[in-house]
Amino acid sequence: MINIEIDGKQIQTENGSTVIEAAHQAGIAIPHFCYHKKLSIAANCRMCLVQVEKAPKPLPACATPVSEGMKVFTHSEQAVKAQKGVMEFLLVNHPLDCPICDQGGECMLQDMSVGYGQGHSRYHEEKRMVLAKDIGPLVAAEEMARCINCTRCVRFGQEIAGQMELGQAFRGEHAEIMSFVSGTVESELSGNMIDLCPVGALTSKPFRYKARSWELSRRRSVSAHDSLGSGLAVQTKNNRVLRVLPLENDEINECWLSDRDRFAYEGLNSEQRLTKPMIKQGGQWQEVDWQAALEFCANGLRQIANGAGAEQIGALATGNSTLEEMYLLQKLLRGIGSDNVDFRLRQSDFSADGKQQGAPWLGMSIADIGRADRILIVGSFLRKDHPLLAARIRQAVKQGAQINVIHATDDDLLMKVAHKAIVAPNAMVETLAQVAKDAASKHSNGIAGSLASGERVAVLLGNFAQQHPQAAQLQALAQQIANVTNGKFGFIGDSANGVGGYLVNAIPAGKGLNAAAMLAAPRKAYVLLNVEPELDCADAQQAIAAMQAADLVIAMSAYKHGATEYADVLLPIAPFTETSGTFISSEGRVQSFNGSVKPLGEARPAWKVLRVLGNLLKVDGFGYETTQAVRDEALNGVDVAARLNNAVSGIETGAAAVNGLQRVADVPIYATDAIVRRAVSLQATKDAMQPKAWLHSKELSKLGVAAGVQVKVAQGQGSALLEVAIDDGLPEGVVRVAAGHPATATLGAMFGTITVERA
Amino acid sequence: MLSQQITTLIDKELKKYPADQRQSAVMAALRFVQDEKGWIAPEDMADVAQYLDMPQMAVYEVATFYHMYNLKPMGKHTLTVCTNLSCTLCGAGDTVSYLEQKLGIKMNEVTADGKFGLREGECMGACIDAPLLNVNNKKMCGKLTPEKIDSILADLEGGKA
Ligand code: SF4
Ligand code: FES
Ligand code: FES
Repeated sequence: MINIEIDGKQIQTENGSTVIEAAHQAGIAIPHFCYHKKLSIAANCRMCLVQVEKAPKPLPACATPVSEGMKVFTHSEQAVKAQKGVMEFLLVNHPLDCPICDQGGECMLQDMSVGYGQGHSRYHEEKRMVLAKDIGPLVAAEEMARCINCTRCVRFGQEIAGQMELGQAFRGEHAEIMSFVSGTVESELSGNMIDLCPVGALTSKPFRYKARSWELSRRRSVSAHDSLGSGLAVQTKNNRVLRVLPLENDEINECWLSDRDRFAYEGLNSEQRLTKPMIKQGGQWQEVDWQAALEFCANGLRQIANGAGAEQIGALATGNSTLEEMYLLQKLLRGIGSDNVDFRLRQSDFSADGKQQGAPWLGMSIADIGRADRILIVGSFLRKDHPLLAARIRQAVKQGAQINVIHATDDDLLMKVAHKAIVAPNAMVETLAQVAKDAASKHSNGIAGSLASGERVAVLLGNFAQQHPQAAQLQALAQQIANVTNGKFGFIGDSANGVGGYLVNAIPAGKGLNAAAMLAAPRKAYVLLNVEPELDCADAQQAIAAMQAADLVIAMSAYKHGATEYADVLLPIAPFTETSGTFISSEGRVQSFNGSVKPLGEARPAWKVLRVLGNLLKVDGFGYETTQAVRDEALNGVDVAARLNNAVSGIETGAAAVNGLQRVADVPIYATDAIVRRAVSLQATKDAMQPKAWLHSKELSKLGVAAGVQVKVAQGQGSALLEVAIDDGLPEGVVRVAAGHPATATLGAMFGTITVERA
Repeated sequence: MLSQQITTLIDKELKKYPADQRQSAVMAALRFVQDEKGWIAPEDMADVAQYLDMPQMAVYEVATFYHMYNLKPMGKHTLTVCTNLSCTLCGAGDTVSYLEQKLGIKMNEVTADGKFGLREGECMGACIDAPLLNVNNKKMCGKLTPEKIDSILADLEGGKA
């Protein structure tokens, strides 16, 4: 700690910090543009000039380290003169078009120029012109003449996103921010550049000219699109969500958001929103009132329960349904005598059920992962599944952490990977078992060696591992590794409320059927909460067959979707922005939120719908007034922290025999849930392209087809025509075919054998 | 694809830097490309990026920052005339007009036969010889007069570079 003085205020600050950091700590504002607490120091805008005693000239506060006894003046005559001078230079080439600039009202330059600029310009010559760039569907670079070349966007790409897609080309007065030969920005974190850009050069394409910032109301919410629980500031106008910005929280999303969290809101305003209850009568969909729809549901369920038996009724929810919704769904089902309820729709191995001590979770906090010095990631499309976790690990790697990967694909993580084992899905258990063995016998090289040399070891099981047909074995092995390396292990989690689902028992308890069993042994009736079975389930083919065979399908959904083919009732429910509720993130953080806007049309929050259904079916205890009452009951006596436990016992590990090509299925980043799938701008990105069948070039030559041609990919009775492409990062013997996408919804299980032949 | 010749030269250059700092050789690598091809196409920049394990955009930044890299074909012989202050005071304007008229092209253009390209340059630190031009960034020709320019052009035509 050293002592300095800023504007006469005595300040204690850490040695090595900069003047601007010390000032911010002490609540003293210093104008700045290029400085950003999460980025490296560029010191190129010069806005932060301050006077420092004994220094002959003003110094940039962002790049000046503090020293003992330093005296800084941020508002002295010399400092202000320098700041005003810089401001005048910045405005020389900046168009003075705030009234028509989308950034107007939330522009750092505009704000600063009020404080440090002059009322009129002394510069009458021509301003420089910079042409617009098209860098993709999310970030608009239409008015690059407004750029003040602070390079925040460039540094963000290099340092946080891990890929330098924007750069500053040319020099001096000709310097321009651009991508390489008019390429697009494809980072899954690109939207953060919009927030970082202090002026109106980079703006949000979906939001541009939709509203002025001061017209928007701001509501707190929590992201429903991955398991981190990122904080959202949902901005609304006229009861519509018009923009989503990050809510800063250093423990979770820091000041960032993934593009999925940021732009998914477009799906909320989709044309496909279901706004009226509908019943299918005589093969025709009819709009009806809520009363009629709910009575229809209640009668249907009662008939089946009384006739075929309650165990013929199954309920499926997605893992991003709220805690309250899942709680009421299971309460309703159990109230009418069925134990068939589950939310783990993409999971295929349930053998850990009853053998684990608690609810599977991250096993540590998100912040802990950032502090880990050795990390093993098993079965994860990390960058696409959990973009911000990948960013956090990227920072850890920069600080010297080693990351190791065991996975079935070799996608670029945009960070240095210490060791990796890329193997076919059926070899994952064996590979992990070998690491466990090596770790136990204190091997000093490879993955085990890397883990053994660390002090804070984290073993993380990704979505792919969780959905793997031997998930329980992977879990048991991860546990062994964590034990011998003194580390922690856990599941990253594939949904916003997976932990919540476990805690409110939205899983079969006794003889009930889990998600897979419910579809494998079709039920007579299904209650679907947010589910699009052909896109959300582990085996699309089987799911759709079960739906088609059922006598009664009640689809509670925010959208008109595939259910119109097989459902009998469509109940319009509110997405997470239109209802209050709670998510428990994979690190076990319980976060409740309010609705940001009112439900669209006649849509109603699902908890209210379930409440009425409960009452109609005469199930006791459905008299809730608020979601808070539901939550209090659901979590009554539940010590969340104590219930989180990944420990598992009694799992045998063994090899899986597979004949022929194996399918490796990712759920593409913009296909993960119903809202995201309808967000048009996200759907226009490269990440949302039509899925292809990816194979190693050796497999391709075995098949005798060339890359780029159409092939017929088949599983079970179904097939799909896909373009075939080469990925030599894949192991031989596998085909990568994405799930969660309409183009592959005719196929079967996400794991298992698959055939590829000439179309 | 970078030619064998270029990669050999780059490899030699790389010996000067730590193994994990391959991008230090980017300026040299671009120079080798230009020496061989006369200019640096975006594909070449991408190849250099890959060879040096650095982002394409970072190569582009360097290639566009330095004036001596040709971002488009500039003829077999690129003549860069200094037009900074000292040279201009000593008649660089006349040098430029003479060259333009003689070659039948304007600044930043290339003769139809692809032999000569004309560029404007910044002070080359050789003001004592003003006005001057530089051939392919390799050979400085100073104290220019129309006669001297004629003979330089004739030499280049005749292959005596
Ligand atoms: S585009 Fe914005 S963030 Fe990027 S350099 Fe220009 S002003 Fe800075
Ligand atoms: S903020 Fe210090 S120079 Fe830009
Ligand atoms: S001004 Fe031309 S060489 Fe210096």
